Amino acid sequence: MVETYDVAVLGGGLVGTAIGLGLAGQGLRTAILDEGDVAHRASRGNFALVWVQSKGMGMPRYSSWTRESVRLWPDYAASLREESGIDVSLHQPGGFTLALSEGELERRAANMARLNAQPGFEHLDYEVWDRSQLRQVFPEIGPEVAGAIFCRLDGHVNSLRLFRAQHVVFARRGGAYLPNFQVQEISRLPGGGFRILSGERCIEAGQVVLAAGIGNARLAPMVGLDAPVRPLRGQALVTEKVAPFLSHPIVTLRQTDEGGVMMGDSQEEAGFDEATGLGILGAMADRAARMFPKLGQVNIVRTWSALRVMTKDGFPIYQHSEAAPGAFLTTCHSGVTLAAAHALAVAPMIAGEGLTDALDAFHPRRFHVPAAS
Amino acid sequence: MFQRLPDADDAARRTGIRFTLDGLPAQGFAGDTVAAALLALGRDTCRQTAISGSPRGPYCMMGVCFDCLVVIDGVGNRQGCLVRLREGMVVETQAGKREVGR
Repeated sequence: MVETYDVAVLGGGLVGTAIGLGLAGQGLRTAILDEGDVAHRASRGNFALVWVQSKGMGMPRYSSWTRESVRLWPDYAASLREESGIDVSLHQPGGFTLALSEGELERRAANMARLNAQPGFEHLDYEVWDRSQLRQVFPEIGPEVAGAIFCRLDGHVNSLRLFRAQHVVFARRGGAYLPNFQVQEISRLPGGGFRILSGERCIEAGQVVLAAGIGNARLAPMVGLDAPVRPLRGQALVTEKVAPFLSHPIVTLRQTDEGGVMMGDSQEEAGFDEATGLGILGAMADRAARMFPKLGQVNIVRTWSALRVMTKDGFPIYQHSEAAPGAFLTTCHSGVTLAAAHALAVAPMIAGEGLTDALDAFHPRRFHVPAAS
Repeated sequence: MFQRLPDADDAARRTGIRFTLDGLPAQGFAGDTVAAALLALGRDTCRQTAISGSPRGPYCMMGVCFDCLVVIDGVGNRQGCLVRLREGMVVETQAGKREVGR
C-alpha cells in the first residue's frame, strides 16, 4: 500500500517547512520529503535578517513582494509562538547599512536613489544618516564611519529557532515529515497526481511542490519546471555572547537575541565547496571592528559557510508547471525574509487556484531571451 | 571540596601569591592557575551562564569546556584554567554575558 498525500513538499528547509505548514493549515494532508542532514542546508547557515532596504534593483516586484512578507511577519511570528511555544525573537526596529567613508556613503545613497527611481517601483522610505545622527543610536562607532542608510522596515529573527518552530508547527498541524528521503524520480500518474521515488520508498501525492534549494535544479525538469539555480557561498562568524550593545541590525553585522554578534554577507562563486578561509573571514571581522572598535576585543567562537540558492538575476522563482499541472516550484535565497509570505500567501495559492498574477514576475520565462536578440 | 595534596600544601616550599577575588583579598600559590586557586579556596562556582544565569565552575581544567570563565584584570570571559595566577591580579566572578570593551 503506497502512502498517499494531497501534496508532497520536496525539501525540509525554511522554504519547504513554511510552505508545508501553510498547506497543512489549509487542511491538506501534507508530507515534507527531506534529504536529511547531508543536504546543503542554507537554512542552518543564514544571517537571519528580515530585510528590505537593498533589494529589488532590476526587479521592482521583488521589493514589493519582500515588503508584503515583512508586513506579514509580526502575525506570522505570533502564530508560530502560539502553536509551537517557540519565540523566534522577531525584532523589526529598522536596520542600517554603515559606510566606512564619505565615498562609500555617497555610493550607497546613490544606489538607494536609483533603486527608488526604477519604473514601477513602489516608493520605499529610507533615510541617509550622517555620522552625528548615527552616534545618537550607536555611540560606539569607529572614527571611519561616515554615516549610514536607514530603513525602518528592516529587522531580524533567530533563524535557527524559526527553523525549529516551523517544523514543530508543521507536525502539530498533522503534517508528515519524512527524513532521509532523497528524491530520485518524480513521475506523473495517469489519473493525475505524482509518484515520488527514493530507493525502495515510494509515495503518491496529488500535488508536488519543489522547495529543495539547490536540489531544485535537478528535480525541476522531471515535472516540466525550470530551476536554473546555483550555489553562492556566504561565510559568517559569530562571537561569544556579550551583553546587548547593538540595538539595531546592520546588514553585515547583527547581535542575536542571545548575545552573539554575527558578521557576514560575503558572496563567492565556489561551487559546492563549503570551506571557510581566513581571507574572507578576516576582511569581514576587520570591517566589523572598524565599525565598532570595541568588537576587536571580543572572541570569535565559530565560523561557517553556507550555500545560497542563487538564480542568474538573484530573484526568486515561483512557477506552476504547464506540462505537469499540480507541480510547483518555489526557490529563493531569502528563506527567512520570505517565510511569512511563503506560509501565508504562497501556500494558500497552491492549495487554491494556483499561483496568481501577483507572482507572475517570478516566472522563469524571464531567463529565456529569444535567440534572435 | 578540593584539597591541596599534602606535599603541595607545604607553604614553606611554595611562594604565596596574593590577589583579589571579587574585591576581597585572597591567596594562592606560585604555579596555580586562576581556576586551581579558586577551587583550592573552596570556590566551586566562578560564573553564571550567559542565557539562563545558572552557576558554573571549573570543570575540564584544560581549556576545553569554557566553564571556568572569569573576569581577570578587567577583561571578561577569560578561561581561568589557562591563566597562571600572578601577584596583585584582580579576579572577578563572570556574571552572565561579558560586556563589549570589558
